[in-house]
Amino acid sequence: MSSHNNAETAGAAATPGKARSGTRSPVARFFQATELDTRLLGMIGALIVLWIGFDIASGGVFLTPRNLWNLSVQTSSIAVMSTGMVLVIVTRNIDLSVGSVLGFIGMIMGVTQAIEIPQYLGYEHPATWAIALAVGVVLGGAIGMLHGYVISYLGVPAFIVTLGGLLAWRGAAWWVTSGRTVAPMDGNFKLMGGGVDGAVGATASWIIGIVACLAIIALLRYGRTQRQRFNFPLRPIWAEFTLGAIGCAVVLGAVTVANSYPWPRRIAERYAEANGIPIPEGGLFISHGLAVPVLVALGVGVVMTFVATRTKFGRYVFAIGGNPEAAELAGINTRRTTMLVFMVMGMLCAIGSAISTARLNAATNAQGTLDELYVIAATVIGGTSLAGGVGTIAGAMLGAVVMQSLQSGMVLMGIDSPLQNIVVGIVLVIAVWVDTMYRKRT
Amino acid sequence: MQGSNTPLIEMIDMCKSFGGVHAVDHVSVDLYPGEVMGILGHNGAGKTVLIKMLSGAIKRDSGTIKVNGEVANINNPRDAKHYGIETIYQTLALADNQDAPANLFLGRELMTGWGTLDDVAMEAETRKVMNRLNPNFAKFKAPVKALSGGQRQSVAIARAIYFNAKALIMDEPTAALGPQETKQVADLTIQLKKEGIGIFLISHDLHDVFDLADRVSVIKNGRLVGTARTSEVTKDEVLGMIILGKCPAAATPGPGALERDAA
Repeated sequence: MSSHNNAETAGAAATPGKARSGTRSPVARFFQATELDTRLLGMIGALIVLWIGFDIASGGVFLTPRNLWNLSVQTSSIAVMSTGMVLVIVTRNIDLSVGSVLGFIGMIMGVTQAIEIPQYLGYEHPATWAIALAVGVVLGGAIGMLHGYVISYLGVPAFIVTLGGLLAWRGAAWWVTSGRTVAPMDGNFKLMGGGVDGAVGATASWIIGIVACLAIIALLRYGRTQRQRFNFPLRPIWAEFTLGAIGCAVVLGAVTVANSYPWPRRIAERYAEANGIPIPEGGLFISHGLAVPVLVALGVGVVMTFVATRTKFGRYVFAIGGNPEAAELAGINTRRTTMLVFMVMGMLCAIGSAISTARLNAATNAQGTLDELYVIAATVIGGTSLAGGVGTIAGAMLGAVVMQSLQSGMVLMGIDSPLQNIVVGIVLVIAVWVDTMYRKRT
Repeated sequence: MQGSNTPLIEMIDMCKSFGGVHAVDHVSVDLYPGEVMGILGHNGAGKTVLIKMLSGAIKRDSGTIKVNGEVANINNPRDAKHYGIETIYQTLALADNQDAPANLFLGRELMTGWGTLDDVAMEAETRKVMNRLNPNFAKFKAPVKALSGGQRQSVAIARAIYFNAKALIMDEPTAALGPQETKQVADLTIQLKKEGIGIFLISHDLHDVFDLADRVSVIKNGRLVGTARTSEVTKDEVLGMIILGKCPAAATPGPGALERDAA
């Protein structure tokens, strides 16, 4: 699925099929035929270099199923929020409040499930997690809408509104319980945070992987038949197969990695005892499989990509970012669209908050501190232009993986945390500089 | 010349001030179906403001807009499009990062049965329109910022005529074009006129307008100098209207015309 909103992709694929291919190098022809986003590929390349570098520097600890699995779980919350930040930044706005909003919603969800609901339904009721999450998402939407209303209808710059939000919602998070930490979380709610229980296991992971592969193939086929229907130039058939093969290989590779990370020995033994499973020689191997938060994040990514590229709302968001005046003159309700963008951002903060609260098994008033910077960094590293109008959801999620890899790698190498911050800061600036150079050239 | 006695569009007593400056001061103009109406005046005379009130881009302070003799309630660009009034802006007003089909259908996207954008259908329609307007156009997938001035202009024109406009506003349509492309726009204007579309042609350059227009209205310092049939006045007389505000005998004077004794 190639995004039409991405200027670079579209530019590279300006005249598909016909002519010119004869004079080009095989590499250029390959990219032209597959219509792959070279920018995104560059980022994947950088990520691979980063991973191999860390693996060597940390003495082979980085590229283990265990570390990659943990990395995927740690990335989830930021990745979820970065998909919303893409829309915010594409409309030439910024949201500095996401970390504080995450903290506030986390507290509210914590209190809802640990204090309020038990009064009526008792502890560990099967509906508790859903009610708590729904409360969070509705609240997040309302907070985002409030921000959006002030920004688009009252005309206060987003920078100021969300800077105010950064302070106000952090204060509000403290206010909920006067600073007390709320714990523990509901058992079902906790599944959203990963861990041994919060992973779907080997069989389910394979099923999900195979369904994802079928979806990739179906999408490629659908795209081709649609273009055939209108007699548009088609990609060469080998390019279609290459794209499908790469997609499926990535999906199945990820499943393999997740499935090669076993449960810790003692938990596996206890589980075996409780279920009367004999423990084989050399220990019992029970796979984690894909973690629930990762599936949540991927699901959010798919939905947000759909929203950004296949709906009117998404198209208007990119049109507003590219040329606000033109969007207004085309009859787009730019104010309402901007408000909705912030509402979506707030709802995604709630999902991110659910993941991080569940992972911590507690709601604290300091939760999500500095998250806004990681989310913005992930989005910008992922190719969303601060000038507006350009950006992809997939890029931002990859950006989140890059940010988290940096952090996790430096922890494994035993680098002090002040130095970690320095490195992250420098990398952010360099990444945007490289991106600026790239855009000037194309 | 006019097909009927009811004007397609009437703008009556239009006023707009910006911080005490009367950009448009009690101006009235009208437009009949199949007519080209030139709106002339110096830069800053108030032509663009007047026309933006019709296209809904600027809210008027006072005045009445009638479409087919009935009062039209135009407060934003959506309203204007609803009445079949399409505009080609001087700046073209294209979404730079999006391709031609996305721009052509911006705000009026074609949707699939699933409620999602039907990009292939939009591209197919765009190919059809562009084949008629500009057969050399091939960059259907490139963002419009990568197109040449003439190509961008064709996209803006295609957008205005695709949705069966009744009235078309062209604000300095040839300002950024070369001679060949200017002629294309002129040919297109004549073709659209034949199809019964009323056209407001706004320009600061008399020569762009005089040969195409059936009538011209001249605005000076926000006020209407007068309206004249191009068949009944000379270019020099119209120049006099633009520069001096002097209304010739064959023209209908407006409130902005120079008083006879003062001249």
